[in-house]
Amino acid sequence: MAEVTMRVWRGDASGGDFETYTLPKNEGEVVLDVVHRIQATEAPDLACRWNCKAGKCGSCSAEINGKPSLMCMTRVDELPEGPITVTPMKTFPIIRDLVTDVSFNFAMAEKIPALLPPPMPAEGYRMFQEDVQRGQEFRKCIECFLCQDVCHVIRDHEDNKEHYAGPRFLMRIAELEMHPLDTNDRREYAREEMGLGFCNITKCCTEVCPEGIHITDNALIALKERVVDAHYDPVAWLGRKILRRTKRTAAEAAVQPAP
Amino acid sequence: MATLETSTKVVLGGARGGPDAPTLRTDRWWIQPVATVSILTAFVIYSTWAAFQNKNYYVGANVHRDLISPFYSPCLTDHCVPGSSAGFILHGWPLSPALLILIFPLGFRLSCYYYRRSYYRAFWWSPPSCAVADAHPTYSGETRFPLIMQNVHRWFFYFGVLFNIMLTYDAVRAFQQPGLGWGVTVGTVVLVVNATLLWMYSLTCHACRHLFGGGSRRLSAHKLRARFWQFVSPLNAKHMNFAWASLIFVALTDVYVRLVASGVLTDYKLF
Ligand code: SF4
Ligand code: SF4
Ligand code: FES
Ligand code: FES
Repeated sequence: MAEVTMRVWRGDASGGDFETYTLPKNEGEVVLDVVHRIQATEAPDLACRWNCKAGKCGSCSAEINGKPSLMCMTRVDELPEGPITVTPMKTFPIIRDLVTDVSFNFAMAEKIPALLPPPMPAEGYRMFQEDVQRGQEFRKCIECFLCQDVCHVIRDHEDNKEHYAGPRFLMRIAELEMHPLDTNDRREYAREEMGLGFCNITKCCTEVCPEGIHITDNALIALKERVVDAHYDPVAWLGRKILRRTKRTAAEAAVQPAP
Repeated sequence: MATLETSTKVVLGGARGGPDAPTLRTDRWWIQPVATVSILTAFVIYSTWAAFQNKNYYVGANVHRDLISPFYSPCLTDHCVPGSSAGFILHGWPLSPALLILIFPLGFRLSCYYYRRSYYRAFWWSPPSCAVADAHPTYSGETRFPLIMQNVHRWFFYFGVLFNIMLTYDAVRAFQQPGLGWGVTVGTVVLVVNATLLWMYSLTCHACRHLFGGGSRRLSAHKLRARFWQFVSPLNAKHMNFAWASLIFVALTDVYVRLVASGVLTDYKLF
């Protein structure tokens, strides 16, 4: 009978090592199924997070054969022959086995100023599809934090975590920056506080995103270009001086009168 | 230890899980960087050699052709080979005319978002591939000099458009066969394909996508910008393909003109 061999990282903050489990292979299984079978048979104390098993809750993030992936969306029969390595996300502190402490991400989410719409006109807010559809792509995010995990800015340089939001949250800033009803100018904030300049557009976030969001092309580069408008483009700078406009104002936001 | 000042208490620098290894990837992740290094190095070596040749960059009336290599167009010095001059003449430049202009396409490509991605990975190993450790102990990305200068990309985009106009003009001239009239030769096709690929490379540029549409918060209020943005966005996703195709083809165009100019090849007349 065919077998599957899995090397799973076991340990906590004090250290750990790989533990190897060999089980009979079942057809059509994903990595999370095998982890569950290990829990059910050999290692009931193996810690892992999961919830939906449908690639929608973003809980089961881990690294499979070194690649940040969702355990519930990685089919065993699509992995190369040989032992499968499963390790916790590397960028976040370990709690136990495959479970990491992802609070860094919640802290970053919290730092982002909320949507600031202009006062509600009597006839209510109106927006058009073409103005909101770019942000809709970003709202597919399931908050698995695989993009945050793979981003070398913090994966390989812990010291950058203090001043770098990571792709997921730079994308959130981009979403708000593109929002037709937001009156905040977030460009300086993205550059100065959230470390947009650290991203060197190497696109690993896009490569691992299970939702297939074009994080780099559609959010990060778009945000970088907006920062260029505000900071690095002499013509735009001159235009602002002449027109005496430093910030977008509420009046410019897309509050449309009802027909 | 540093902390993040939010209501979610985060202490940075906690112990991480997994083994202390640069990567656990087992696939051949190194193929992409090796390919990038090989192609870009070959291109740099060839274009440097070609730029310093200062000959065989123009096929002229003596063989009833009007073909100029993209590396030498516009030819601006007072010692351009007869027929190749762009009209404006810069006196006293002692070196190859190619050296005067190559800085613009070079700057355009060096600051291109796609090439940045590729050479940061392949040459600087920052990171060599996804989930493969950076080769450097510290990292400041594009926040400081010199890399903060990458923000000039849109200026090179503007220059790139000027060059595209020049090279389109060259492609149109390539339909001329002095002494014979108009016609199409292999050389004409080569110059036309070259100009087309360079236009596609510029059109799919991220700065272009932003400047002519993406920069707006209210596309609904700018119908023309909205249309352009909708048209260019799917093409922008193919920017990588146009980056490679145009790079390789511009070198092949120079090779072709060079071979014809030096008499190794005859530029075959199609019709
Ligand atoms: S593109 Fe930028 S944000 Fe995404 S992984 Fe690379 S450096 Fe990080
Ligand atoms: S952007 Fe993609 S990879 Fe990042 S957290 Fe959201 S779903 Fe996960
Ligand atoms: S268990 Fe929900 S995404 Fe995998
Ligand atoms: S030319 Fe590549 S992004 Fe502009």
